[in-house]
Amino acid sequence: MNTWLAIGVTALGCYAVKLAGLLVPASAVERPLVKKLAALLPVALLAALTAQQTFADGHALVLDARAAGVAAAAVALLLRAPFLVVVAVAVVVTAGVRALTG
Amino acid sequence: MAQRQTALADRAAEDVGKPDSAVVRDALGVGVAVGLSGFAFGVTSAGGGLGLLQTCALSLLVFTGASQFALVGALAAGGNPFTAAAGAFFLGVRNAFYGLRLSQLLALPRAVRPFAAQWVIDETTAVTVAQPDRRSARLGFTVTGLSLYVLWNLTTLLGALGARALGDTDAWGLDAAGPAVFLALLAPMLTTFTERAVAVLAVVLGLGLLPVLPAGAPVLVAALAAPLALFVQGLRARSARRPDAPEEDR
Repeated sequence: MNTWLAIGVTALGCYAVKLAGLLVPASAVERPLVKKLAALLPVALLAALTAQQTFADGHALVLDARAAGVAAAAVALLLRAPFLVVVAVAVVVTAGVRALTG
Repeated sequence: MAQRQTALADRAAEDVGKPDSAVVRDALGVGVAVGLSGFAFGVTSAGGGLGLLQTCALSLLVFTGASQFALVGALAAGGNPFTAAAGAFFLGVRNAFYGLRLSQLLALPRAVRPFAAQWVIDETTAVTVAQPDRRSARLGFTVTGLSLYVLWNLTTLLGALGARALGDTDAWGLDAAGPAVFLALLAPMLTTFTERAVAVLAVVLGLGLLPVLPAGAPVLVAALAAPLALFVQGLRARSARRPDAPEEDR
């Protein structure tokens, strides 16, 4: 029951913020400063998320096989590999490093 | 040879506007790759003790990967439902900023917005902002949203069903799929010095605050890197613009 409660609250909250962004009137976001900010915010959020999902274990910072996998993905990106290949490289290298070290 | 000619034709067409086929190809690339990673979510969720119905409800109703992973992680760690939901919600707040940007680019009719809203996520935003004009932006958003939504939900179901058969899911490296996806979305956005500075600052904030703030909060604080960079940029522009400097310097 508690799990369903958490799912319901999360679903409502997440949908509400998605809709709120779309409903802000265009005139409010046409100012150059707001436009620049809206373009830079995804950069900040994605960078922080990438770093956390690579180096975080709960509240602790760790260096494990994920870092090797994501580093390999970065190399694949620099070599202009397609999206699916980039993700596959990350997964395969992470699994490989774990198999070798674990 | 035929393939080479097509590639050349594509390049020539890009000079006048992006052809629909190129937009669809890019959008499907993202939609399929990320859609398939719903499998990792299904496996993680089922492994964390959530039921099949609960796992699928999350993908259908929440449909924003990082929030889903955060909620499942918090519930599996024994967190209370409201704290868990708050962490997931904080991660979802970034979608409001994406919506802000998308509403400019897509200019959707008001009646369509409540339906489009569910697809406002990292990946659809990344594809949409990469398009050169409104027509391509709308096409990119729709194709990415539809392919990702359908596949994400299908693979969530498969992952939840197959979780037990896989055993230790970390051994398969599936936990690296999430950050790799984010990295691939981020990379094309890093073209100017300001964008790179924002990314570096956000990483420092996101990792530095992780040990001290509640789950979800460090990412929101890291978002402050964007206004901070704009503020510094403004200061530098003002100090560079001296009263006697010629106007064309700007």
